Amino acid sequence: MELMAKLSSEVTTAGRKTLSGIPVEPVYTPDQVRGLELPQPGEFPYTRGIHRDMYRGKLWTMRQFSGFATPEETNRRYRYLLSQGQTGLSVAFDLPTLMGYDADHPTSEGEVGKCGVSICSLEDMEILFRDIPLGDVTVSMTINSPAPVIWAMYLAVGELQGADWSRMSGTLQNDILKEYIAQKEYIFPPRPSMRLVTDVIEYSTQRVPRFNPISISGYHIREAGSTAVQELAFTLRDGIEYVDWALERGLPVDSFAPRLSFFFNAHNDFFEEIAKYRAARKIWAEVMRDRYSAKDEKSWKLRTHAQTAGCSLTWQQPYNNIVRTAVQALAAVLGGTQSLHTNSLDEAYALPSEHAVTIALRTQQVLAYETGIPSTPDPLGGSYFVESLTAEMEKRANEYIRRIDEMGGMIPAIERGYPQTEIANASYEYQHTIETGEQKIVGVNAFVEENEKPIELLQIDESAHEHQLEKIKNLKSRRSNEKVTASLDALKRAAEGRENTMPFILDAVRSYATLGEICDAFRTVFGSYTETSVL
Amino acid sequence: MDHRIRVLVAKPGLDGHDRGAKVIARALRDAGMEVIYTGLRQTPEMIVNAALQEDVQVIGLSILSGAHNAIVPRVMELLHEKGMDDVLVTVGGIIPDEDAAQLKKLGVAAVYQPGASLEEIIDFIRSSVKQTA
Repeated sequence: MELMAKLSSEVTTAGRKTLSGIPVEPVYTPDQVRGLELPQPGEFPYTRGIHRDMYRGKLWTMRQFSGFATPEETNRRYRYLLSQGQTGLSVAFDLPTLMGYDADHPTSEGEVGKCGVSICSLEDMEILFRDIPLGDVTVSMTINSPAPVIWAMYLAVGELQGADWSRMSGTLQNDILKEYIAQKEYIFPPRPSMRLVTDVIEYSTQRVPRFNPISISGYHIREAGSTAVQELAFTLRDGIEYVDWALERGLPVDSFAPRLSFFFNAHNDFFEEIAKYRAARKIWAEVMRDRYSAKDEKSWKLRTHAQTAGCSLTWQQPYNNIVRTAVQALAAVLGGTQSLHTNSLDEAYALPSEHAVTIALRTQQVLAYETGIPSTPDPLGGSYFVESLTAEMEKRANEYIRRIDEMGGMIPAIERGYPQTEIANASYEYQHTIETGEQKIVGVNAFVEENEKPIELLQIDESAHEHQLEKIKNLKSRRSNEKVTASLDALKRAAEGRENTMPFILDAVRSYATLGEICDAFRTVFGSYTETSVL
Repeated sequence: MDHRIRVLVAKPGLDGHDRGAKVIARALRDAGMEVIYTGLRQTPEMIVNAALQEDVQVIGLSILSGAHNAIVPRVMELLHEKGMDDVLVTVGGIIPDEDAAQLKKLGVAAVYQPGASLEEIIDFIRSSVKQTA
């Protein structure tokens, strides 16, 4: 009884600040939102959502991030997910693929197919999308440093399927800045990387106009331990950097800005998360209209994907993760997201089992079809608390953006370790609050159970690696190695110059040059990047 | 003479998720230990060489990618070859129970799974290093 009393009193004190440290008042009244202007949903600055009717007109896209082992196995999972009512695909690649190495590279040892699907060549991509028509299904691909290569493979598969590029739609993550800031899957130094990002934006604007060439991502910044305010600020400041580079390339702002897309985390602090999505739309709309003089309303509208917070999932009492995910998903929906991934209960352990991923998808379906939540846009608009939090998040994020502007932009800020240090400090402080018990995590530092029963997990053995090795060996003996060498030489020359590299990457991909060979060609020209670690 | 415990915090493999490694490194430092952080993408050879050069008593490996069964045995083998069996090795990350048991058989002193407390890790290192010194 004494323990219970202690816990309940601590819960009250912990509730006084948001996860970002914004003080929470005992009660919110009209005083806190005096002077607030709140245009309708679908109206500038879109705080209440980018569409007038929001989910009444179109539900969010249920897009589960998925990929493991070989392209053959992942293709089977995709067809299963589509048969279960999922409305879009999202590819998870393994670490060697994300780092631009083939399965037969020595550093790929032990990593092939573990964190996602292994893709080494166009052949693997053909298998990945076998019997999935790329002219109809939209596909999101979480790939960054090698993004132009993977996208070229995707376009080449579309070509082979007879799909018209001007009709193909989907999203390439292609957000290298947050790799230096948070996730650390970079290959080349920042400036040549930014040139490749801009090559993709330019090429898609001209040739694949319905594709989103970048998904400017706060998700990984948050997973690395940032606060919601930092996630918001660094992501939008990254967006500004990409716009600057595209303008520098000579692209008119309204030619590419409507296809810029975003990706945010949906974490535990329910109202702060909702406020974050609302503030993001408002800041971006103002940046695009006022800083860049964009004229097309579509350039002002921040479209976003959301994913529930992987880092909030616990190893202990894993079934509780279903509840966490449901609440986080609700925050993303009330925040007005355009698409959503819900994490599976077993993801603190491994990539999800089919059973777990089905529950995660069903969570979205319950929200969409049973609760009535999609019936009206921005149902929390006008709430004293949510509006006041939205304004505070906006103010704090704009302060960060101004500070990074003063440093000369995101690349100089990254080079001096600024966002990295801010995140490391926030994550250390957060861990400290868990250690002291100020922040409760059910099952971890509160309501702990001894002798928990293990759950069933997806196992990925080394056979995926062997299978991929065999395929690369066969491919290299079958293809025209002369054509491969010629295409890689041409690619290197293009990389040394100032041309858009996409047509050259496409030629290399079509000749069945591997991902590793193409990335090596870039490594020769651009060099590799090693960060100065910030503790 | 400095009697602080010397710890190498290392990130092997391709995995870039360094949140945990950084939090641990800072926590050990705040607990009065001398901490050397290797940075990302270290091979087992690089890690063992760094441990030798820095003369550490403890190596903390952080692996979240599932590659621990390929990486950790190689680190243990190299330590043995170089006569560094007295170095305390701990592993943290996404390590399933069966794998944790296997790693311990290879001589890993402790495996920390998600949710492990910093205090527990600090106490373990303090008590284990004191015993062997």
